[in-house]
Amino acid sequence: MNRNGYLRNIKDTCFTVLDGMAVTLSYLVRRPTTIQYPDRMAVRVQDTLPFRYRGILEVDLEICTGCLACERACPIDCIVIDAEKDKQTREMVLTRFDIDMAKCMYCGLCSEPCPTGAIHHTPEFEGADYSLESLVRRFVKEPVKAYKLKKGGEDDPEILEFLDRGMRYVEEFASPEAAPPAPKAAPKGPAA
Amino acid sequence: MQGFLDSLIAQGYFPGIPRNLVYAGGMLVFTVIVVVVFVFLVAGVTTFVERRVWARMQSRIGPNRVGPQGMLQWLADAIKLFLKEDLVPAQADARLFRLAPYIVVLGFLTAFIVIPFGSRLIIADLNVGIVFITAVTSLVVVGILMAGWSSNNKWSLIGGIRAAAQIVSYEIPTGLSIMPIVLLTGTLSMQGIISQQGWAPHTWFVFNNPFTFAAFFIFFTSALAEGNRTPFDLPEADTELVAGFVTEYTGVRYLMFFLAEWGNLYIIGAVVTTLFLGGWQIPPVTSGPVLRAVLEFLTFFVKSYFWVLVAMWIRATLPRVRVDQLMSVCWKYLVPFAFANILGTAVWVVLWPAGNVIVQYLMVLAGLALAWYFFRRVAFHLRRARVRERGELYLSPLA
Repeated sequence: MNRNGYLRNIKDTCFTVLDGMAVTLSYLVRRPTTIQYPDRMAVRVQDTLPFRYRGILEVDLEICTGCLACERACPIDCIVIDAEKDKQTREMVLTRFDIDMAKCMYCGLCSEPCPTGAIHHTPEFEGADYSLESLVRRFVKEPVKAYKLKKGGEDDPEILEFLDRGMRYVEEFASPEAAPPAPKAAPKGPAA
Repeated sequence: MQGFLDSLIAQGYFPGIPRNLVYAGGMLVFTVIVVVVFVFLVAGVTTFVERRVWARMQSRIGPNRVGPQGMLQWLADAIKLFLKEDLVPAQADARLFRLAPYIVVLGFLTAFIVIPFGSRLIIADLNVGIVFITAVTSLVVVGILMAGWSSNNKWSLIGGIRAAAQIVSYEIPTGLSIMPIVLLTGTLSMQGIISQQGWAPHTWFVFNNPFTFAAFFIFFTSALAEGNRTPFDLPEADTELVAGFVTEYTGVRYLMFFLAEWGNLYIIGAVVTTLFLGGWQIPPVTSGPVLRAVLEFLTFFVKSYFWVLVAMWIRATLPRVRVDQLMSVCWKYLVPFAFANILGTAVWVVLWPAGNVIVQYLMVLAGLALAWYFFRRVAFHLRRARVRERGELYLSPLA
């Protein structure tokens, strides 16, 4: 190394170190980029997600027909449904509807064939738990009658609410382009 | 202190022990308590401050959940490490492995004996003060080498050997850049060095002449390397050596290495303040001995902690150097210039035995010019960011 190279090294070291330190100091007086999830956000993340976000599965038993289409559609068999025919009333009764969320791969194939949109994904994605067993979601607490689509349309307003939601879910599946835009996030929840 | 011990002797607490021995023992216990409490607090709080400052420089937030603003994070970490199992690897040299952290901690705790926190706040003003510090801080290398060897782990060994090579090399520029100050003052005692400086910046030794100005930067650089700090943290280089010589350590012993690291950082700041920045010297504002002692302590602490912050800042900025670069920086650049500084200062002392006031003012101006250039660069980088952030400055340290 010649003499000029030696001195240039010293000069370069001094100025580059100084400039690097200027960059870091300028970052010290800027706002941090970090967003403090989950408890110090202005809006819950779940509220900002689109209607058809594939989060944790949920079943509206009020409108489940017990057709077992979802159980058959599931590629990894994480859905188990027991449906029996009541001997006296000759109606389908659901005695078990379990979804193992530990196995579920969030493919959405179960909600595709559902005639009423009873089984659907929710925007909820925080599924951490302490044991594998508690990740199995058991929807049937006590045997419940399967829903039957009525000829003249649904008249019970409570069930109609579920059905409207379910049908919207199914229709948006069929033609995503025609679907209305995702709901705008409502500014709620604890302020940061 | 003496009165308190007298009253204890009068009550018959120490029968048959010579009075001087009781005094000595009492002072020793008092010293250990004060130093250990001070050191543990400073080292602990420094870990927290470092993580927060570092985070903000990287556009993060840093720990802010444990206690108000995360201020108890360091305590939580320390308690966690205390509760961890103290593992000794099966193939390790158990006796050396257990001993090593104590030697490292001893090396830096002993240095606090001669740190002058005020005109009276010093444990012992040894007449070889500054040499004593360089001597005991190099005891750390013995502990590190011991840890590296006894762990019986390749990473530990490479880390230990690197630490030895690095600390031994950088002892030389460190020692050589102390010499100009010794030439100026004619004393090695810490209080003696401080008492020849004043409170005004132009009387500080860093601005005494161009050679001490250069010696200041050489000293700080090589002290960082001695303390194994970035950009010279090769012995612990996480990306290549896992954790270097601390790879096999757990629990309290692991904590002791980090205590020594952060404690050493404060010692670097304290020595820099003593040698170059006027130490505890304050303007003659008060004659009350207690108030004066408090002000002196605060002055010294602020000055020395500023250099701890600078070391954190450097750690957030500069990448780690390579081993050969480390050695070439030391031997090809720092050592020759440190020698030149000694010769230059020697000539200076012959020409102007009482110092040259005009040059001192000019050096202060040069320092200000450097700071001005630096803040121009900071403003430049801020302007570039403002396109994105709409001119927003975020000065609050809270998160």
